[in-house]
Amino acid sequence: MPDKKEDIRIGVFLCHCGSNIAGYLDMEELEEFSRKLPHVTFVLRNLYTCSEGGINEIKKAIEEQNLNRVVVASCTPRTHEPLFRSSCGEAGLNPYLFEMVNIRDQCSWVHMKEQEAGTTKAKDLIRMGVAKAALLEPQEPIMSEVQRRALVLGGGIAGMTASLALANRGYEVVLIEKEESLGGMLNNLNKLSPTMTDAGALADEKIKAVTGHVNITVFTKAKVTEVRGFIGKYNVDIETESGVTTIDIGVIVVSTGGRAFVPEGLYGYDGKRVVTQLEMEKLLKDGLDTDIKNVVMIQCVGSRNEERPYCSRICCQTAVKNAMLIREQNPDSKVSILYRDMQMYGVENEEMFRDSKAKGVRYINYDPANPPQVEFDKVRVYHPLFGRDMDLPVDLVVLSTPVVSQEGAEEISQLLRVPIDENGFFLEGHVKLKPLDFATDGIFLCGSARFPANIRETVAQGLGAASRASIPLAKGSIVVEPIISVLADEDACRGCGLCVALCPYGALEVRTTEKGRKVHVIDVACKGCGVCAATCYQHALSINSFTDNQIEAQLEAFLD
Amino acid sequence: MLDVGRHPNLELLAYSEVEKVEGEAGNFKVTVRRKTRYVEEDRCTGCGACAEKCPTAVPDAFNEGLGARSAIYSYFAQGIPSTHTIDPDHCRQLNGKKCGICAKTCQAEAINFEQEDRIIELNVGAIIIAAGYDIFDPSLIPEYRYREIANVVTAIEFERLLSASGPTEGHMDRPSDRAVLAEIAALEKKAKKSQKALDKLEKKFDEPSAAFYGKYQAGEYEGDEDRKKWADKYASHLKIVEPLEELKKKAKRFTVAKRLAFIQCVGSRDFRFYPFCSGYCCMHSIKEAVIAQEHAPETTSTIFGMDIRAIGKGFEEYKIRGGNNSNITYVRGRIAEITEGPNNNPVVTYENTRERKVESREFDMVVLATACAPTKGIGTLAKTVGVELDKYNFIKTSSLSPVDTTTPGIFVCGCAESPMDVPESVAQASSAAQRAAEIAFQSELEKEKAVA
Repeated sequence: MPDKKEDIRIGVFLCHCGSNIAGYLDMEELEEFSRKLPHVTFVLRNLYTCSEGGINEIKKAIEEQNLNRVVVASCTPRTHEPLFRSSCGEAGLNPYLFEMVNIRDQCSWVHMKEQEAGTTKAKDLIRMGVAKAALLEPQEPIMSEVQRRALVLGGGIAGMTASLALANRGYEVVLIEKEESLGGMLNNLNKLSPTMTDAGALADEKIKAVTGHVNITVFTKAKVTEVRGFIGKYNVDIETESGVTTIDIGVIVVSTGGRAFVPEGLYGYDGKRVVTQLEMEKLLKDGLDTDIKNVVMIQCVGSRNEERPYCSRICCQTAVKNAMLIREQNPDSKVSILYRDMQMYGVENEEMFRDSKAKGVRYINYDPANPPQVEFDKVRVYHPLFGRDMDLPVDLVVLSTPVVSQEGAEEISQLLRVPIDENGFFLEGHVKLKPLDFATDGIFLCGSARFPANIRETVAQGLGAASRASIPLAKGSIVVEPIISVLADEDACRGCGLCVALCPYGALEVRTTEKGRKVHVIDVACKGCGVCAATCYQHALSINSFTDNQIEAQLEAFLD
Repeated sequence: MLDVGRHPNLELLAYSEVEKVEGEAGNFKVTVRRKTRYVEEDRCTGCGACAEKCPTAVPDAFNEGLGARSAIYSYFAQGIPSTHTIDPDHCRQLNGKKCGICAKTCQAEAINFEQEDRIIELNVGAIIIAAGYDIFDPSLIPEYRYREIANVVTAIEFERLLSASGPTEGHMDRPSDRAVLAEIAALEKKAKKSQKALDKLEKKFDEPSAAFYGKYQAGEYEGDEDRKKWADKYASHLKIVEPLEELKKKAKRFTVAKRLAFIQCVGSRDFRFYPFCSGYCCMHSIKEAVIAQEHAPETTSTIFGMDIRAIGKGFEEYKIRGGNNSNITYVRGRIAEITEGPNNNPVVTYENTRERKVESREFDMVVLATACAPTKGIGTLAKTVGVELDKYNFIKTSSLSPVDTTTPGIFVCGCAESPMDVPESVAQASSAAQRAAEIAFQSELEKEKAVA
């Protein structure tokens, strides 16, 4: 707590921002007003507070006027708070004794035609900022070491790519695979579109590289049973047939993949005459029976419906690829693909789609309200262009089923305290801007564990997740802004855990202490969002620089 | 962008072009031309006072030419760096006319008309190409009559119309209506000027122009040269005012666009132009239709596409929500032609493949989902940097090394590689960063070895 007797001396710097602020607000009046505010001992107007001259004025005033709090009323903390804070620091003032007031973006720019009202609003904002500044307390940045070792969960193409990428940059990698051998889905595939690369050969090549890499330790038939700690300092239990190993880890990459949906009860699925695309891969790998002359593929089996509303992205490519391979193996065969929308996005897929038409694959659009009917030796489908039902003879029906979430995904999500979405896939930190990060620092995501992805996308994401994961590894330590949650009133905390459940960053946990169950803030994981402090009905938690008394002081100043 | 501008490890050389690349992975020498902005970067604070005072109006490229900017400008308000630039093609001072208003306005003394291009050399270990893409020019498709029919716009133009900071402040004002309003404004300016001249004459002769003109036409003032001049002035005034009144009457009936059509695969999946699928356009059409309906709830949208490729995470769900909650109808089919109907309404003709009928429908505005075209300078860039292009002029990669170009140490991400949406571009950017870092690590390792 601040020394109550501390003589608080606040300096207020009013920025004209050229004419951006001064052109619309009465700056002289704001200066006069600021001088009369409690604890304000110095006021200065600058043409540009952010210019070299303006910054020097702040530093000079801190030294000469013995200021111990600085308020800048100017543009927005989004762009300029770091600059002003570090300038305070350079002058020997704790950077967190700085407060910024936004009188441009949120005032002069919105009230360009109302000088008087805008100036009044600016006064309110400055009064509030000064009231808060008086209560600011110094903070120190939080630093934590990072164990330079990555844990990669899942040894499919995504996980192997990520592991190799990290290992090639000199980091130790621990790769966990639940099956007997690495390779994941590649082991079940025949050829990869659009280049028709042999999946088995690719798997062998990658497995060789991974197992031969001096920086990678592989655990097969293994699973993670316990994850303790936080970014930089995880402590993980790995269970294998030979017992449990405990390893210190800095970052974690989730690459657990997905699996093919099994269409029990749909379109007469029996695994023999009616198979899935995954089973088709094996048939093609083993060499297709030459008797198979008529093949019909049906798209969106078990996807884009009420139960599984998503489009699984890669099934159309798989169907087109397999249709061409069937035609190649049995050149006099007829292959028809019954589809809703052919999802052949991008350059390579669309090209393969065109090729397949030239190679005799036939396409018929169907309406999900009137789906195809599979009978013993034929498939009946309504052909929209002919306007009538058509019967297609079949020796083999292939169902394109979606990639669904991996078995055990939920368990992993609980172990790592990261979310999964309504379809069971892991949920990234931001759908657009953080596709390979979780909201929780230190955990990353790639491949079909995130969403169905083809080989190109999976490799790219494996590299990308490695890149993201390497940032804390390269730094070797993390420095966190101290504007985070603190257990300000330990006695008040009842250890109810409501805040733990609501924290989006996994930054809180309940620990048993001498005083009973108490919440503990993992400071390096906390982002200072304030959800916990706002939720805690005991007011036990508080956010540095946004404490209840600081915010109350602002509100009181506003209502003055 | 802010993070890029602020990162201590990142030097941003905006408004610059690569002229030469020599060397190899781990040790490239790159020659960069820093084009002159005529503004000192270390002085300019980005306040924008110069742009406000600049007398020259130039069509605003950021707003797709739908608005205007000045000759000294920053590309858009949130652009990083915020440093302003003088457009040498339009600046009066740089074209030998008297001006220099910006220099007088700038309190930071940042304007420097003498500034010249600078050539700098960089030593780098790896190179990442993230040159992006261009928007296909749909005026190449004659049957869609883009530019001929005012209310046929591209998706990116529509994006600007939807933007609260765009030229229409987010209202779906139709370009044909906006053109009329601009004409009205121009005529009003003219009318005001000619009225001023008439006012003087009316004062001089102490008579309203209309009354005088009646008498003049009846032959009352034959041979009176002064009055003839007045009559001529009044006649030309009428030639301004009469159409102005007509236009004003017309403008009273203007409403915002309420019936929207979105046309997919404009230039994509088209053998005449780009045979590939641009991947992201289905989703941006749905998004624009959703936002349009949020802005004006009575808006209805029809999306015409061969396949609606909602293939990303949450995309199919978004598409269905658009249909259920945002008045979007999806019609399967390719548009054969767009013509202009009454009231400047575009009329689209297409085959309804479900009903097996050729249909025509009238809309208030048509939005074209234009293809992702390889960026124009990519050929030169590829040559300068020394990488191969694929047959469509995207930078060549392979599916097992998705960000590696044909030259070691040079990587690519985003739409310079092939069309992709934001999450994929972001993921790929990280992939390229990883590959570049591997090169840096390996070359450090080799240096250490050499020292040892």
